[in-house]
Amino acid sequence: MPHRVLHFTATALLLMATWLIWSGHYVFLINTYGVLSVIAVVALGVRLGVVDEEGQPFRLLPRMLLYLPWITWEIVKANWDVAKAIVSPGMPIHQRLVRVKASQKTDLGQVLYANSITITPGTVSLDVRDNTILVHALTQGSYEGLLTGEMDKKVAWLEGEG
Amino acid sequence: MFLVATIAVLITMALAFVRAALGPTVFDRVLAVNVFGTQTVLLIAVAGFLMGRPQFLDMALTYALMNFIGTLAVLKFARYGSLADDEKRA
Amino acid sequence: MALALDILSWIFLLSGATFAIIAGIGVLRFPDVYTRSHAAGLGDTLATLLVILGLLLQSPDWMVAVKLIMVLAFVWFTSPISGHALVKAAYAHGVKIDCEEEDAVSH
Repeated sequence: MPHRVLHFTATALLLMATWLIWSGHYVFLINTYGVLSVIAVVALGVRLGVVDEEGQPFRLLPRMLLYLPWITWEIVKANWDVAKAIVSPGMPIHQRLVRVKASQKTDLGQVLYANSITITPGTVSLDVRDNTILVHALTQGSYEGLLTGEMDKKVAWLEGEG
Repeated sequence: MFLVATIAVLITMALAFVRAALGPTVFDRVLAVNVFGTQTVLLIAVAGFLMGRPQFLDMALTYALMNFIGTLAVLKFARYGSLADDEKRA
Repeated sequence: MALALDILSWIFLLSGATFAIIAGIGVLRFPDVYTRSHAAGLGDTLATLLVILGLLLQSPDWMVAVKLIMVLAFVWFTSPISGHALVKAAYAHGVKIDCEEEDAVSH
């Protein structure tokens, strides 16, 4: 029960902060609209069952700050690779379908891994089941990068002790 | 410089539009519309700076939200033939 | 100093614009929906990042900067979800992939 109250409060505070940042008009009427909107959205979230630990993985935040620069650099490198494939006249693409292991323990960890694969251009996740992810790779380089399993280890580390 | 970026984004939108018109499958069209939508977000943001009115960013975020929901809605409709049902119909 | 920031901002905007056009060419040029989704990822990730970074250096106050970062975060969070939904729908619908399936689980 205290956990539910915590997530409930955290959601409401985050939504209210978002409202205040985007609004820019701090008068009573507009702020009242804000409070009413926050109540409506939290009620919808509770009805959908998303106001819980999985929806607010705050414990991942410290490691996420280290993971974000790493994934951004991976995205930049992958973009360069795919851009080269697009502009070269011979279009050197080599499509592959491969099932890779997802060693994360929780659903959230596997979702993070699948999304990390998809957001990196050159690899896109097609299907997630039985702790494996079916991946479509565009070039030889993206295929080999996937097989090293570096991203899998990074996301498992990010997930921590689930 | 904002003008150059605006023109480049417009060119990308035109390319995506050609792909949406060519198809051939419904998924190619949804993909093209999704690219078109992301470029629209960038266009609104850059145009806001071009005209000296960065308040346009509010619209850019709203457009990003609608583009995302719209893509998922069209895909769900293409797959299930309805937006309300979770089960695949026979 | 202001000039240096302007030049850096222009470099970001121009390279972002270049990547956007390359993504558009890829969406037009690649042979099927799976390969095109990779090209679309180009426009969603690096083009957006570079254009937003370019605008960030020109933002007049911190509120605009926060909004720019939120737009970037939102596009980056939603792009893989819609991309995955798209290729999964195409795969489930039976759109052919131009390669052999490898079923081996590898690391």
